[in-house]
Amino acid sequence: MTHALVQPLTAANGLAAHSADGRPMADVAASFIKANDRLTAFERLEIYARSYWFRLIDCVYDDCPGLRGLLGERRFDALVRAYLARHPSRSFTLRNLCDRLPEFIRATPRLTAPRTALAHAVARFEWAQTVAFDGEARPVLTPGDLAGTPPTRLRVGLQPYLSLLELNWPVDDYVIAVKQRDALRSAASNAVDHGPRAVVRKRVAVPRRRRVQVAVHRLNNRLYYKRLDRPAFLMLAALRSGRTLVQAVAAAGPRVRPEDVRTWCATWMELGWLCRRE
Amino acid sequence: MPANSFNGQTDYGIGIGLRVPHYQHILAKKPVVDWFEIISENFMVDGGRPLEVLDQILEQYRVVQHGVSMYFGSADRPDRAHLQKLKRLVRRTKTPWLSDHLCWGSVDGTFTHDLLPMPYTLAAAKRTAEKIRYVRDFLEVPICVENVSSYAEFHVSEMTEWEFLSEVVERADCGVLLDVNNIYVSAQNHGFDPYAYVNGIPSHRVGQMHVAGHTKFEKYILDTHDHPVLDPVWKLYAHATQRCGVTATLLEWDDKIPSFDEVHDEALKANQFIGDARAAQPAKKSVSRK
Repeated sequence: MTHALVQPLTAANGLAAHSADGRPMADVAASFIKANDRLTAFERLEIYARSYWFRLIDCVYDDCPGLRGLLGERRFDALVRAYLARHPSRSFTLRNLCDRLPEFIRATPRLTAPRTALAHAVARFEWAQTVAFDGEARPVLTPGDLAGTPPTRLRVGLQPYLSLLELNWPVDDYVIAVKQRDALRSAASNAVDHGPRAVVRKRVAVPRRRRVQVAVHRLNNRLYYKRLDRPAFLMLAALRSGRTLVQAVAAAGPRVRPEDVRTWCATWMELGWLCRRE
Repeated sequence: MPANSFNGQTDYGIGIGLRVPHYQHILAKKPVVDWFEIISENFMVDGGRPLEVLDQILEQYRVVQHGVSMYFGSADRPDRAHLQKLKRLVRRTKTPWLSDHLCWGSVDGTFTHDLLPMPYTLAAAKRTAEKIRYVRDFLEVPICVENVSSYAEFHVSEMTEWEFLSEVVERADCGVLLDVNNIYVSAQNHGFDPYAYVNGIPSHRVGQMHVAGHTKFEKYILDTHDHPVLDPVWKLYAHATQRCGVTATLLEWDDKIPSFDEVHDEALKANQFIGDARAAQPAKKSVSRK
């Protein structure tokens, strides 16, 4: 039954006529499901198949408004179905459904061409939001934790919920614009979506290429995006990879001044980003 | 059975599901509600807003956990890491009982996120009961298993659904979360008598009930939880409360969710049937004494 459920639906959102091994699906269904006076075994199985696909597709729609805005309804729908066919859920929670979407986009460029790199960036950014929303928070670093360890040996951790992204487009601005558009639409309409959603939406302009460094994080349990200077980004990335404080400062580049590092660290501690390494 | 070992000897009244669109209203207005049912999986996270909201709710309200991913009927062995996570949540909420579904939904680590019907065989009942016992012993909390709505029946089934449910809960020595709407939906889809179902289960094991709305299509009924409860379901609920006793009852409304007040008002309609059941119970006793 599981094989039949996870097999992609037809273009008309029906159960496929043949199973993956080539047998007529009607025969497959009839081999284990009873028909009744109103529905064939195939039709009964189809109820479950549609339910499975609609539930998962809706979940990706909810988690990826930016990617959907970028690709448009038709291409996004095709991408989602191909993704779910290749990567059915391996987690007890739908929260993790999109964790392999960035990797899938990169591995299957024909589904997003010619915007594969941008689509990959948007998918990474949207997954980072899921992580920031309910990822683990460790006890924040206190000045006392720093005392007694020389900077040459001091290693600090970053909160697991914090994602550091270096992107070739200002994806943060783009996703904010898409969300604002969707919020306006939602406030202005009582329309009810049915099945896999198919709604005509005004396009948000595709961002122009520009390299940005963004931290996706939360503060007081609200989601935030924070742009970073590249040296600050490099220092944080070095800390995350386990470098000592001195090594991380060096990774930030030769032009970094001690007062820059002090200001950054003060901000990061205030935001609760720094924690003890496990 | 207002209070029994399957619902932790509690006597909860009418609850509603804790849903995101109502968070703001509940936290700001603090409406009087007997209890909230939470979907365990929504709070089996490592941090952030969900747990913050849950802790605020726990300060004010009684909470009962309802799961959607235990899949007692799946052949996979229970995942200990998953159970440990669930146990942490059980300790946080102090849920007096925990419910999940009599269904399967995962195979070899692939999850369908659906509540799939089981083949009603003795072998499946034995295996399922064993898994329920294991989970209950691990979590150290009473378990109630919920009957699911279904759209398919299997050739290999050897008994009715209510016989299967009875077999499982007797073998597992666990409770029943009797979903009256699910019984009605399945009865319509499979052509059985929903009253025979209610009369056929061990009533003393019912620790909780669910009511919900459904949607009628031309050839079948779908359990959509996006409508008020329909009259035939309330009628069946009235029968169930008379047979099983007044039991903790929860309205499920999970899609096209209206305002908090509308959902709560719909749930409170159960009161009229509960009143009838309470009135009927002493009368029954006096009849039996004669």
